[in-house]
Amino acid sequence: MSQEILKLVEKASLKWEVPQFAVGDTVDVHTRILEGEDERIQVFSGTVIARSGSGSREMFAVRRIVAGEGVERKFPLHSPKIAKIEVKRTGATRRAKLYYLRERVGKSVRLRERKGGKEETTSA
Amino acid sequence: MTKGILGRKVGMTQIYDASGNCIPVTVVQAGPCRVLQVRTAEHDGYEAVQLGFLDKPRRLASRSERGHVARLDSKRSKKLVAAGVALPDKAGCEPQRFIREIRGPIGESKVGQDVTVGVLDGVKAVDVTGVSKGRGFSGVMKRHNFKGQRATHGVKKVHRHMGGTGALAANRGGGRMKKGKKMPGQYGYERVTTRNVPVAKIDAENNLLLIHGSVPGPNGAYVVIRETNVVR
Repeated sequence: MSQEILKLVEKASLKWEVPQFAVGDTVDVHTRILEGEDERIQVFSGTVIARSGSGSREMFAVRRIVAGEGVERKFPLHSPKIAKIEVKRTGATRRAKLYYLRERVGKSVRLRERKGGKEETTSA
Repeated sequence: MTKGILGRKVGMTQIYDASGNCIPVTVVQAGPCRVLQVRTAEHDGYEAVQLGFLDKPRRLASRSERGHVARLDSKRSKKLVAAGVALPDKAGCEPQRFIREIRGPIGESKVGQDVTVGVLDGVKAVDVTGVSKGRGFSGVMKRHNFKGQRATHGVKKVHRHMGGTGALAANRGGGRMKKGKKMPGQYGYERVTTRNVPVAKIDAENNLLLIHGSVPGPNGAYVVIRETNVVR
């Protein structure tokens, strides 16, 4: 019963359209940033290496290499500050968390394209 | 009446506010409650409203609990009626699980009246009283945030113990410890009030109250919610 009440509360905070993407995909995350008075959009692109949590608390982690240094950012999936998530490329994975990519550099970071590609993820 | 209600802690989650900020909230199922009794200055010496929350099966309620919420036939009541004594009003509802008084001016409150979470409309912050999570007999590190002792340098099997007590300046003299010395003991399962916690949202339709931040007690525990009297 109490779990149902929590779900009801979270429902108000969920996004109507949850962007479809999976671990391993390369995505562009558009975040709204407030600079003083005006709002602008910042884009962070990289590989999704993890999705965690459930309901309105769901988070996802994106990793990219900036100037030879690995950079990871975690985003709340349902935050209104995430304007858009664009899937640029799909990636085939055999596990849910790609933390092993942290130890890799160069060519071995690449992931195979998932069979069926983008269309399959968007319809899923 | 004073703005207050009884409720049950459901659990914590997070919501997003209008500007997109994430707020941690405690979800409380608040009411609906029934007014079981009204305390008046003339009769009781103080003013308060007694509320009851959640129905309890009659088979689990004692006769006095059943008689408190509804009129039962008894020899005594018949005798009183025959003598022309006016019996007090009853709410006429099922026995209640959780009954507490909310003190303060009673205003228009009547026995049997329903109190919903709507009474807190427009309230910015509340005081929440509950029974904290019981932690049993706990040591000084958990209970009083003592540092414990060193891991090495000759410390033997007392790493989580308190240090010496007798030679402390505050305790010295008289050959005994000062009263109230912080020591191991029962921790938690006591009445705790968190004061001035902001109200995040009121959902009158589902009788839910969202409180910004935490509230004492485990999930499923009963709490008393009042408009805060902290002046700031």
